[in-house]
Amino acid sequence: MQGYNFAYLDEQTKRMIRRALLKAVAIPGHQVPFGSREMPLPYGWGTGGIQVTAAVLGRNDTLKVIDQGADDTTNAVSIRHFFGRTAGVRTTTHTAEATVIQTRHRIPEEKLREDQIIVYQVPQPEPLWKLEPSRVETKRMHALADYGLMHVKLYEDVARLGQISISYDYPVMVNNRYLMSPSPIPAYDNPKMNRMPALQLFGAGREKRIYAIPPWTEVRSLDFDDHPFRPINATQACGLCGATDSYKDEVITDDRGGRMFVCSDTDHCEQRRDAA
Amino acid sequence: MSDDPILSARGLTLSFGAIPALLNVDIELYLGEIVAIVGESGSGKTTLLNVLSGHLAPRSGIVTYRDPDGAPHDVHAMPSPMLRGLQRSDWGFVHQDPRRNLRMNVSAGGNVGERLMAQGARHYGDIRAQALDWLEQVEIDADRIDDLPRTFSGGMLQRLQIARTLVTHPRLVFMDEPTGGLDVSVQARLLDLIRSLVARLGVAVVLVTHDIAVARLLGHRIAVMQRGRVVETGLTDQVLDDPRHPYTQLLVSSVLQA
Repeated sequence: MQGYNFAYLDEQTKRMIRRALLKAVAIPGHQVPFGSREMPLPYGWGTGGIQVTAAVLGRNDTLKVIDQGADDTTNAVSIRHFFGRTAGVRTTTHTAEATVIQTRHRIPEEKLREDQIIVYQVPQPEPLWKLEPSRVETKRMHALADYGLMHVKLYEDVARLGQISISYDYPVMVNNRYLMSPSPIPAYDNPKMNRMPALQLFGAGREKRIYAIPPWTEVRSLDFDDHPFRPINATQACGLCGATDSYKDEVITDDRGGRMFVCSDTDHCEQRRDAA
Repeated sequence: MSDDPILSARGLTLSFGAIPALLNVDIELYLGEIVAIVGESGSGKTTLLNVLSGHLAPRSGIVTYRDPDGAPHDVHAMPSPMLRGLQRSDWGFVHQDPRRNLRMNVSAGGNVGERLMAQGARHYGDIRAQALDWLEQVEIDADRIDDLPRTFSGGMLQRLQIARTLVTHPRLVFMDEPTGGLDVSVQARLLDLIRSLVARLGVAVVLVTHDIAVARLLGHRIAVMQRGRVVETGLTDQVLDDPRHPYTQLLVSSVLQA
């Protein structure tokens, strides 16, 4: 496309982001500040993820973008189209064909491989932000690995509700050192992050932070010995493909109370139906 | 157990601008004893407590802490992860205002359990059992365990703070006017509680107070401070019954007799 650098961002900005990415990969789970740029989409729509994608995208890459697991929602379609125009890279909706996957709030059902990169859009990188308002203090807590407070939140959940009530953005320990927000993916997806073969990159545009999990890194969801972590999912099978082992969304189908559970990962659901 | 002091300070000096807060202060503290630091407002009591507990660095002088293995550590030279580790396990700090130490939006049980979880306790049932045990020890009803501290009275908050501090069985506790701002009958019960807990657990306590009666009741030894200097030290009864320094004499004679 005329008038734009490859993948929209100028090369200096990409170098700056890549430096932050290298540091983030070197210290798994640690939040690295970076000079987040204005992007042609509003904060909260994936300005962090889109900058990370722009910095890692090469001419031979194939890009997939998902939003809540779906390839066909506004956000996913726009970002895919954006890189199709500004970088001219191939785009796909099939997880297996993609080399770079930008995602909002889901990890694909299909297992990712070592030659793939997954880029998460992150609204709030600080896992302790609801518990400790001061960023100076949370930085100190990360530096000293002082994470008792996060467990206090889990304790309060069990004391009041009888179980840990976090269903998304479930805090994890990365490489037994840093407490990390996995971005608002469902807790159901947390186990997929553990020892994932693909490189996982996280970009928070408004908060100006980048962090990463290198391939094959241990990622553990916080829990108690007597209240272990449990992934939450609907018990119903998918109304379209019949899958029971995928994460489901409840969809309202009409205004007379009609509803059904369908796979949140549209690509996974379509492939299952095609195969049947 | 060794006979060396658990905490010793030598030649502590610190001034805020032209105001001397500490002048060449020496102090020693042994396991199982309570040292009371008394003096009027502005005499440097709280500054001394902050320096001893590592919150404030002195301009000169050294504070040495002896760990359970008997190894000495310079409090102001130790790496901050180690100091933080001490502050959340081996040491405790009881503030005059319990709200500074407690999390007001976290239940009583969560408040007591936090230090355990910070130390790595990961079994909910154990944490809750210990929290219940400690609430009982500080005379808070077991059925208040899931209540928020803001529904507690001032005396209960102070007792909750003590439970939260002592749950990890610290060896060294700093107390800054623990009975300040409480009415007399609540104060009496709290003093009784502190005395029995400290005696049973065998912890060492540095107690800062302006109340001579509190010092007499709790302190084994006493240090009287005036304008940043320790003007008199000794056994509490000795010092208070037979004060030598004119300032101590003034302090003792100005206590109201009920």
